[in-house]
Amino acid sequence: MALKTKTSTRIGVTILAWGIALWLFFPIFWMILTSFKSDVQAISSPPKLVFMPTLSSYAEVFERASYWHFALNTMIVSVGATAIAIALAVPAAYSMAFMPSKRTRSTLLWMLSTRMLPPVGVLVPIYLLARNTHLLDTCTGLAIVDMLTNLPIIVWMLYTFFREVPAPILEAGRMDGATRWQEMTMVLLPLALPGIASTALLSLILCWNEAFWSLNLTSSNAAPLTAFIASFSSPEGLFFGKLSAASTLAVAPILIFGWISQKQLVRGLTFGAVK
Amino acid sequence: MSRLKSTRTAICTLALLLTGSALSSAQAAGTLTIATVNNGDMIVMRQLSQEFEKAHPDIHLNWVTLEENVLRQRVTTDIAMKTGQFDVVTIGNYEVPIWAKQGWLTEIKPDAAYDVNDILPSVRDSLTADGKLYALPFYAESVMTYYRKDLFQKAGLTMPDAPTYDQIRQFADRITDKTNQVYGICLRGKPGWGENMAYVSSLANTFGAQWFDMSWKPTLTSDAWKATLNWYVSALKADGPPGATSNGFNENLALFASGHCGIWIDSTVAGGLLFDPKQSQVADKVGFAPAPKGPYGKGPTWLWSWSLAVPVSSHQSADAQTFITWATSKDYVKLVAAQKGWVAVPAGTRASTYAAPEYAKAAPFASFVLNAIKTADPNGPTAQPRPYTGAQFVGIPEFQAIGTQVGQTVAATLSDQMTVDQALTSAQTSITRALRQSGRAR
Repeated sequence: MALKTKTSTRIGVTILAWGIALWLFFPIFWMILTSFKSDVQAISSPPKLVFMPTLSSYAEVFERASYWHFALNTMIVSVGATAIAIALAVPAAYSMAFMPSKRTRSTLLWMLSTRMLPPVGVLVPIYLLARNTHLLDTCTGLAIVDMLTNLPIIVWMLYTFFREVPAPILEAGRMDGATRWQEMTMVLLPLALPGIASTALLSLILCWNEAFWSLNLTSSNAAPLTAFIASFSSPEGLFFGKLSAASTLAVAPILIFGWISQKQLVRGLTFGAVK
Repeated sequence: MSRLKSTRTAICTLALLLTGSALSSAQAAGTLTIATVNNGDMIVMRQLSQEFEKAHPDIHLNWVTLEENVLRQRVTTDIAMKTGQFDVVTIGNYEVPIWAKQGWLTEIKPDAAYDVNDILPSVRDSLTADGKLYALPFYAESVMTYYRKDLFQKAGLTMPDAPTYDQIRQFADRITDKTNQVYGICLRGKPGWGENMAYVSSLANTFGAQWFDMSWKPTLTSDAWKATLNWYVSALKADGPPGATSNGFNENLALFASGHCGIWIDSTVAGGLLFDPKQSQVADKVGFAPAPKGPYGKGPTWLWSWSLAVPVSSHQSADAQTFITWATSKDYVKLVAAQKGWVAVPAGTRASTYAAPEYAKAAPFASFVLNAIKTADPNGPTAQPRPYTGAQFVGIPEFQAIGTQVGQTVAATLSDQMTVDQALTSAQTSITRALRQSGRAR
């Protein structure tokens, strides 16, 4: 009886999980489907599920905009911002996790509170700083802003992972004569690698999808894929096929990357640093 | 050791990539950066701009296409902070007089060959401040009524030459067939100063309502405003499509083009799209009439022009003016006609376009649009004297914020979150506060 209940519960949970997953994925599925429709098919009502697919939207998107230029900018900015953020966050989280002071907790909370400020509130000062340092419309400028935006979350995540590493392991290293640097790079980092990898992956996804700063700090040279999508939005015209094609092209790399690395991401996020 | 080496290599590569990208941002001399929106006419301009580059080999064009609101925000920031990122900007006749007054735009002085007198006077005037021209119109639009001839015929109705809002309401009731997803009337309901409030402001004008009195006191609790909103809300609730608060210009265009709207009152620019069989399933069934009149009958009338201007922060003002005179010239119209067909030429700006018999043949609505734009008067009289200009907007910098806020309140009446009276009282309070904060009213 108990086995029967267990099985039916499992089936129910599985169906529910699939239902939620499909519900969440539906907008992406619809976007991909629309990208293979003509602009007239895209607005037809009731929506057409069976239609003759066409690549005309993709052809026009490639003809009108240099996709690879935008994609390269996105990659430079995302990888650059993530690498710098991890490099800064690891020592910060290490010191907070293993050498906490009485202000560590409030410092962490203050860092997180900076995320609560709407970005538009600091648009003017950041724009002026970027202008005065000649970083407007550069990947460097955008990478720095993205890095600073994500740094609080990255420090918090790494802090949580590091806290799970038993302090005696680090003490043992110290007993063997390891310096602080060696303790961090040779003992802590290998142990917390899954956590660092999933944090880096999350940062990469956040940078890839960031739109506010991308649209405000870049125009053409450093414009990333979010600006590429925005350029296909029209106030007076029905170009939903092309908009969907541009959106599909913009999300495809990170979607594929996320798909490939989902095991590591889930493991890192759910199991902690040490098993 | 090797791990350290590979880490160093990775850091150096990253630094090189980022530095390289920083260096590449320096704008090359002779390159014009043009900020524009993704409308059909602008897409054609971008395609044909190769001809301009061929004729001017020392000028290279760099296009930045942005979403409309982002474009306004970017360009405003760029000009106000004198960054000089854009040499040509695409703006409307709402911005031109305000920005010209701020000293943000360069005066445009086209040569005699450009024939500035060929530009329709109402459009030219809307881009002029203190007698100086600050932008050149790329295309312009007014407002008109689109309706389905087949549905009218089936219901035994005839659209009058000059319909009234009372008649429109009766027609909408008669042709609504919700079981077949045919809605008698489609109107803008999406909140925004350029979305629902463009239509509602225009509707208010003809109902005898206005935004402010001569002392900048909002007049939204007036009987005329109540009548305006009551008509709008009751028409959309009885005969409009479901979820009207999500429908802006594009959504209504999609609804009408796919056969779900009986009547649609909106911009004249939709004519070219609705009559195009490639974009519309009802291309052979579309009829058109002037915008309906309300109880007041007169009032300022809708006029919008997408125009090209040169910000004072541009370092290449002369080249930028060369480009905008090319893109708005008679020769450009001929180039579009030759390459894309007469139906694709930018509408509503030049008298010579409407004088071309080929255009009249390709666009059956041409003379109608010409008349709508020629007679459009955004400075027309309201029922009481007013301190501002504009028909579907109020020509003051605060209007973007005020209009959007009131737009959200108006949308709340469609979704039954507020009554008309509550919405207007709330709008009156918020506008009074906003104008006090800006120092315009005491």
